[in-house]
Amino acid sequence: MVQREAGPARMMSTLGIAGFCSGLALVSVYMITQPRIARNRMEALEAAIFRVLPGARSREALTLRHGELTPVEAGDADPGAESAIYAGYDEAGKRIGFAIPAEGPGFQDTIKLIYGYDPERRRIVGLRVLESRETPGLGDKIIKDQDFVSNFSDLRVTPEVVVVRRGRTNDNEVDAISGATISSNAVVKIINQANARWLERLPTAAAPPPASPGAATERD
Amino acid sequence: MRTQAETYDELVKGLWRDNPVFVQLLGLCPALAVTNSAINGLAMGAATTFVLVGSSLLVSSLRNIIPKQVRITSFIIVIATFVTVADLSLQALAPAVHKELGAFVALIVVNCLILGRQEAFASRNTVRASLADAGGMSLGFSLALLSLGAIREILGSGSLFGVDLFGPLFEPWVIMILPPGGFITLGLMLAVFAHLRARRERAHKEAGDELDERWVA
Repeated sequence: MVQREAGPARMMSTLGIAGFCSGLALVSVYMITQPRIARNRMEALEAAIFRVLPGARSREALTLRHGELTPVEAGDADPGAESAIYAGYDEAGKRIGFAIPAEGPGFQDTIKLIYGYDPERRRIVGLRVLESRETPGLGDKIIKDQDFVSNFSDLRVTPEVVVVRRGRTNDNEVDAISGATISSNAVVKIINQANARWLERLPTAAAPPPASPGAATERD
Repeated sequence: MRTQAETYDELVKGLWRDNPVFVQLLGLCPALAVTNSAINGLAMGAATTFVLVGSSLLVSSLRNIIPKQVRITSFIIVIATFVTVADLSLQALAPAVHKELGAFVALIVVNCLILGRQEAFASRNTVRASLADAGGMSLGFSLALLSLGAIREILGSGSLFGVDLFGPLFEPWVIMILPPGGFITLGLMLAVFAHLRARRERAHKEAGDELDERWVA
């Protein structure tokens, strides 16, 4: 520490220089890390889409425009999780279903998830929870408990998905996690709400594949 | 001028005698919040180490330049910069770890251990002594978080570093990985440390008495 009294100019310049150097350092680190962070996010989303749509090899982002599903163009603003869905295509370029992101309130905080839907068979074919802060050891079984997650690998959505306890008997039922009924209900409620929003708007006949499936995987 | 032995003492005091968590009771928020598994405790310890060592290095190098009236503001700028760098780097290099630690990486900025070391040590000691001090405190903090995380993970999940330990017959004590488990574990560890300290002081006193008697004789 400087023992003698520092003048006002000295104090101002110290803080000014400190702020400037800090800003310079932060902007540099931000510029270096940002592409990587964006790529990590995209890879996580990509992995989730391919996981909930078994067999998918490429994807295309779709959004609602004037009540119709249209591909998201490269120049468009990011439509956000609530207003975009993803069509998944297999190796031959045939559309095998849609990955639908959805979110809603859980036990502690918002649960964000994505699920795969096969419009031909009208069934959910896969589920992945992307973000949640459910209770460790209880509510976080919506991610970790394979018995629960496997409820969603072949699930009828009509008239709607329901939560049951002590074993599912119908193919539109989900077996609740014991000790985490609220989290189980939350997941099913989120899915039912997203179904109400999206299912009637999805085309059932296979649409033509995207012009270049390879390029589609680069899009976010 | 500091000797080798003094530098060594600055390094080891943070491990045990002045352990930041168990003795000084600093940085308890992350110590309780993220230690539901050993790996999370270790990751938090590593991030805190980066910030503390970096800040101490910079603050001790600049200690003769920073006017004392604006020192706290300067320390905070230094610390906040390191925290943001740590936050962005974790997001870029280890997104899975960042997701687990959540907001607690950004909250390192208000860890009183870090500002405390700048004010109490780095701003009035040489770079070398400050690095030893920061390294020791960081190591002590990391060890504390690792041991809390390991105990809670073993009892609460039946595993250590994600490796299952007891097989399917073990019923995990779920409460240990919930917030109450953090308080229970920390409380018991503090009791152990207080007991050891009391015993050492007693031994010290008795040894001192003997010494006095010898002096008298």
